[in-house]
This record gives sequence, C-alpha cells and structure tokens, in this order.
Amino acid sequence: MSGDPLLEVKSLRLSVRTDEGLAQILDHVELQLPRGHILGVVGESGCGKSTLARAVLGIMPNRAVLESGEIRFEGEDLLKLPDREMTRRLRGRRIGFIPQDPYLALNPVFKIGAQLLSMLRWHAPPDLRSESDRRRRVLSLLRRVQIPEPELVLERYPHQFSGGQRQRLMIAGALACSPALVVADEPTTALDVTTQLQILTLLRSLTEEFGIAMLFVTHDLGVVAELCDAVTVMYAGQTVETGRTNEVLADPQHPYTQALLACHPDRSGALLGIQGLVPSPLAPPSGCRFSPRCSYAQAQCSRRTPRLVREAPGRFVSCRLADERQRERT
Amino acid sequence: MTAGVPGKLGPALEARDLVVRLGGKRRWLRPAVLPVQAVAGVSMSLRPGETLGLVGESGCGKTTLGRTLLGIQREYSGKIELDGTDVSGLAPAIARRKRRAIQYVHQDAGAALDPWWNVGRTLEEGLVIHGRDDAKERRGKVEAMLSAVGLDRSFKSRYVHELSGGQLRRVVLARILLLQPRIVILDEPTAGLDLSVQATVLSLIADLKAQLGLTYLLISHDLSVIKRMCDRIAVMYLGRIVECGPTSAIFAKPSHPYTRALLAAAPRLAADGRHRRDRLLEGEPPNPRSLPSGCAFRMRCRHAAPSCAQSLPALEPIGQHQHAQEHGEEREHVVACGRWREIAETTPPPALA
Repeated sequence: MSGDPLLEVKSLRLSVRTDEGLAQILDHVELQLPRGHILGVVGESGCGKSTLARAVLGIMPNRAVLESGEIRFEGEDLLKLPDREMTRRLRGRRIGFIPQDPYLALNPVFKIGAQLLSMLRWHAPPDLRSESDRRRRVLSLLRRVQIPEPELVLERYPHQFSGGQRQRLMIAGALACSPALVVADEPTTALDVTTQLQILTLLRSLTEEFGIAMLFVTHDLGVVAELCDAVTVMYAGQTVETGRTNEVLADPQHPYTQALLACHPDRSGALLGIQGLVPSPLAPPSGCRFSPRCSYAQAQCSRRTPRLVREAPGRFVSCRLADERQRERT
Repeated sequence: MTAGVPGKLGPALEARDLVVRLGGKRRWLRPAVLPVQAVAGVSMSLRPGETLGLVGESGCGKTTLGRTLLGIQREYSGKIELDGTDVSGLAPAIARRKRRAIQYVHQDAGAALDPWWNVGRTLEEGLVIHGRDDAKERRGKVEAMLSAVGLDRSFKSRYVHELSGGQLRRVVLARILLLQPRIVILDEPTAGLDLSVQATVLSLIADLKAQLGLTYLLISHDLSVIKRMCDRIAVMYLGRIVECGPTSAIFAKPSHPYTRALLAAAPRLAADGRHRRDRLLEGEPPNPRSLPSGCAFRMRCRHAAPSCAQSLPALEPIGQHQHAQEHGEEREHVVACGRWREIAETTPPPALA
C-alpha cells in the first residue's frame, strides 16, 4: 500500500454499558483501506462487524464507551469530531452508506424523488445550488444505477419497487454527493443470487468509475471472493487476520479463518463446524478470544492477547503461532 | 419425471401435472382479481432414500410446492401419490391425516415454536396428538430424540428464547422426527445461520437421514448447500420445473439457460468475479399474474428466438449422462427448453470452479 490510506482504524476499543455490565463489542480492531479499494469485513453474527461499520459513519450504539483508538479518514480522526461536524461535513457527503434492508431505510410515505432530493438538499456539494441542478443529478444517478424510466421513478413510493431495485435506489443515494468512501452493511444479503450478482457487478463498476473506496461488511465468504480486493476477518470483536482476498482465502493463517473456511459447503472434507459457541461480549475470554475453541491453543494463549503480526506486505495475522514464526525469522 | 424403474422400488412420493393457484377473488361490479398460478404443472418424483434439491429464486413457487406436497395447501388440479396411493384432491385436514409419513421443517424455526412452552412440552405435543404412548414412554422417546439431534436432557426445561439459532433447528428437527416420518421436506433449513453453525446443522441432517432411513426434499436458494447435500436437483422458474437431474449432471452440464445463469451467478469461494461479467442475468422475473406467452424465461434469456414465444417447452430427456452410466444407475436428466441442443452446441456451459 502506497501513501496514506483513505481510512485507517487503529486499535479501536469500544464497549457498551448494559444492565448486566460492560459488554466489550470491539477490542483492538485494526484496518486500512487505500483509496479506490474494496475491503471486505467478514465474521459471524455478533463479531462486531456492523458496529465497526457504524462507528466509521460516526454512529455509536447507545451508552457506548470509547476506550481507545482512532478512526482516521482523509487524515482526520473521526472520533475526535463533534457529531455536528460529522453530520455537516462527512456523513452522507464524503462517506456514503448502503444499508442491509433498503425498505427500512426508505420512508414508506414519501416519494422516491422527494427522498433522494432531500438528501442532496442537506449534503449537496456547492455546485448543486439550484433545485433543477439537483434534480438533474438525481436523474443521472438513477440512470447510472440502471433504473429504467428515472423520471417516472421519482414519483413512485418505495413499496412499488422490487428488492433489487430498492437496493439500486440506495446505491444512488449513497453516491449522490460523490463520496470518497462508501460503507455497505450486508447490502445483498436479502437478494436472490442473480440479483445479487447484478448489484455486486454494479458496485464494482461504480467504485472503479468514480474511484470510490468501499468498506463492505458481509458474512458471505463467496461474496468477498467475488468483490473485494482485500479482506479483514473478525472474531468476537477482534481483527484476527487481514490481507489480499485471494491470499487469505487460498492460504488462511489464523486458526479461526481456517476453521471458518472449512465450514463452507464449497470446500471438500467433512462439515465439522467449529466446536463451542461464540463467547459473550459480557465475559470475553482472556488473551486470544478464539483460544477456547481453537485446536492449536496452548495455556499461554489464554494469558496473552496476541498482537497483529505482519506476515507479508499487507498481510497481518493475530495469533501466537504467527508470533512464534516471526520470532524464528528474526 | 416418470415412475421408477421396473424391478426397483417405486417413487416414495410422486406429483403429476400439479397446479396450485393462490389468491384471486370475485368482486361486485368490478373485474375479478385473478389468482396466481404459483405451481403451474409440476411433475416430479421423490425416490426412496434420496435427497432431492429444489432450487429457484424467491417467488418461483418452491415453498408452495412443498406445502402442497405436505397437504396444507390444496392443489387446484393434478395428482399426488404417496407410495403408489393416490392422496390428491383432499381438504387440508384429511390430506394431512393421509400423508402422516411426510413432515415439514419450517423456514423460520423460531416462529414455528411456541414461546410459552418449554422444549420438553413442545416435543411431547406431537406424540400426544398422534399418540398411543403413555406419559413415561413419551418422556423416553423425547429424551432419546434430543440426544439423537445432539442436545442433552437439560434442554427439556428450556424455552425458545434461551436457544441459539442452531439449537432451534435441532429442536424443530427433533419435533418432527418424533412422529417417525419417512419423507421430510426441509424448507431452507439453514437460512439465517452462521457458516460454522450451518455446517453442524447440515451434517446433522445428513446423519439423521442415514440413521433413520429418511427421504428428503430440500428446498433452498443456496446452491453450495444443494450441491453438497443432494443426489438430484430440480430447478424451478415461475412455477415450473425447467431442469431436473442428478447433481453431478446438472453442475457438469447445465442445459437450461436459466440453470446456467443461476449456477454462474452463485458466489463461489474460488471466484474472481471481475473476469466473468458475461454471466450476468439481466432483469428480474416477470409478474406471475401476466406471464409472457411460450417459455416464461424468454424475456431474460440471451438465447431466446421467435420460436420460444410460440409454445411452452415440455421436459425432455437429454440422454444418459456419462457419469451416471459409470455408476450403473438409471438417472435421468431432463430439461424444458426448446433450444437446448443448439445452445449446448454453440455455447459452452459456465465454468464452475
């Protein structure tokens, strides 16, 4: 990776106060996203991937406690910005968002045109001062995301669209203010495979065309393989492995990544699953959080939290084994 | 598909020209709302001991077909035979009594269970309704079944909200298996589960089949799961089966353009999607209330010709697949496309890693 990355998350640690105590949702999360790249964030439910995506947008869960870390976007630490700054300058304008369920994100009682235009009214770049400019911009966006008859579409309500079309509308909304970064939270999970491929192909070509970087949160390793340049694997709130997609999928280094890939029905071998359960964030295991379920675990794994070790350029693994390998090398 | 081979066991369950209509009503002084043909003339057979996968996109009628075979949805026309006995044309209550050998695993395991009942009572309920057993025998059966699905006895006193997604699936499986079905219809049995949990549930489903000698109809939109679990696959598009055959044959030689598009669109681990944009299927399925004439897929089909609009293609065999011959089994591969021969000659099937 050359130059400063567009987005960089450094040792982010975030907890949420609950009635039963402090839940550690994110613990030493690290990631880097260069301009124009697509980074997949994968993990199973409860691993904190959506919380991470929301934190990048400056949306924290209720009663969140930010313990440490930085989220640097274009050189600026977003966690230090007041919420008003975030809303006025960045969210929606420099950072777009594509949600999992577009039906929940769209207001059912307003027409599509009014909703897309109001977004531009709030966040529009200065060259879109007049309403007719903004309208022209919305129409060209709708055409670009391949919505047929955009003029008529502006007068329709969200329920008059299919799931795939609604997701196209959300993509148009996310791109409305020419952002540098788009955060997508499982945008194709609810879609059929043929529609999913249409949306993935569209996202790919749009990011290439406009030079947009994308943080793509998903649980689907197949989608990561299809779309993402690089991937970060998360487990129980921690980054366990990150690297170029083809390298991580072909040669996973962390025992969790290995076990997760072995669970995929495409992989030959017995479908064994991973023994044990994901730990509760209220009482995460000490040291490496995967150690209670790891077949390579030793006593020291539960005593010391492993650090992210650089295995190769752009490839980081957080595991005792990687640490030992590095010690041998030096 | 036709009946089984002479000399072998007949099909466990067979449907012929099954049509199911949903909705539709007459209105006073206004045009009637037309019903939707969710299943439009499906013929299929389920052979004893096999796992047949039913794939297709949402709205293609796969769940309606499953519910009709089970008996809780009444068919409009067509025949259903269970072990060679005609069980069609019945009202749901009677149909269910005649088709006790078929049980159904619902898509949403959490919604299928009563939140006010603990697992023990939930599992016993079926035995009480169907049962001749006394309370002690029932308890014994429930405990045996719990351990068969990999849960211990302590789960009897737990409630639905205390269970994880994987445990819920196990309870739902245990509940229907207590009724000793021979045929189980699994509707998206792993939808919404994490990969690691899905793996354990799938291997449990495979183990139970071997242990109890079950026959499965597995409904899913996940082709990776279908490929892994099924002996044969039936592909549905807008209420019709457009291709059916052994799993190996379908994946090696998909012949219907829709099957080809569906297989090519499924995300795969060994993929590099950037080089395969040609596999994109344009558009979305048409409104089932106003289907195009002829082949329903022709509006989205890149191989469509004027002839496709004229008549509805019927399922025709595409000959013995080599792989099947090696196994010495008579297994048919059928496709409903008027132009499959030309397509097979001119276009290579999608490269499936």
